[in-house]
Amino acid sequence: MLSAWGRVAPIAMKQAIHILGLVVLLTGLVAAARGQGSGAGDPERGKALYARCQGCHSIDRNRIGPLHRGLFGRRAGSVDGFDYSQAMRASGIVWDEATLDAFLAAPRDYIPGTRMIYAGIKDPQERADLIAYLKEATR
Amino acid sequence: MTRSTAVAHEGVSSLVLPSRRTLLVRSGQAVLSASAIAILAGCETMAGSRQANADSTANDAEILNTALGLEYEGVAAYQVGVESGLLSSAVRDLAVTFQDHHKAHADLLAATVRKLGGMPVEPKRTSEYVFPVDQLKSETDVIRFAAGLEQGATSAYLGAVPLFGDRELAKAAASILGDEAMHWAVLRYALGEEPVPDAFVS
Repeated sequence: MLSAWGRVAPIAMKQAIHILGLVVLLTGLVAAARGQGSGAGDPERGKALYARCQGCHSIDRNRIGPLHRGLFGRRAGSVDGFDYSQAMRASGIVWDEATLDAFLAAPRDYIPGTRMIYAGIKDPQERADLIAYLKEATR
Repeated sequence: MTRSTAVAHEGVSSLVLPSRRTLLVRSGQAVLSASAIAILAGCETMAGSRQANADSTANDAEILNTALGLEYEGVAAYQVGVESGLLSSAVRDLAVTFQDHHKAHADLLAATVRKLGGMPVEPKRTSEYVFPVDQLKSETDVIRFAAGLEQGATSAYLGAVPLFGDRELAKAAASILGDEAMHWAVLRYALGEEPVPDAFVS
């Protein structure tokens, strides 16, 4: 019995590893197709998250912070009629998914001297959701 | 809310509000509350602290100044609501009460910015805030507008609290956050919504 098991076990183990690998691969493909773990944002969730921004921002009017309409592709510190910090005006940043992601993670680290009083969004998925919403809502 | 006033008004069904006397216990412009004075006293202690780092102090003053701008906006927004002619007397009283709170916050913030060696921002003219007045057609619209501002202010303070270099200032900001959150809850209640929709604010 023992000797029989000794012959069978390596073959069964090899097959199990192959099957496990296949399962992991398929799970990854399904997750990617659903946008899970790929950094894809959900604009609906992002819309709810935007409430956090609305203490200071609006899509269509300058408030304590600048309006967000036309955000993507805009140079930081360039909205007409808004009084930016020198740091924001001089940042040289153009807003896109990557720069927004970095800024929203820690605004005052990304642009030291910005007047934006927000500690940042630490969850990458929440940032992705918010950016997805902003992309739709600010066109 | 034992002494509540039920108000039936166009667009707001079964609006139930506490009477102003119940809600507002000697609040307002005449005096800063004892807690506000205690907060300010804490800030004064901080301002004189030998340990206070100059950069950190400047950073804290800047955060407070941004918050001050937010409070001035709130005061102006409530003024728009009060002068809209859309509010019943109970809601108008509530709006005046909350506006008084924002004025008290602004007074405290401006005084603290000065204590820290900064120059407090000035309020804008009401017209400069560009409020969406064309969208305020009913009492419900005004309350919803105010609720949105209060929710936003709550989030703004929540985002700011961790940024302070001085814990006394973080505590003061958290105290204001609590007040904004209560405003938001009461306004949600007035709209017939769940006053406290979640265990956490964000």
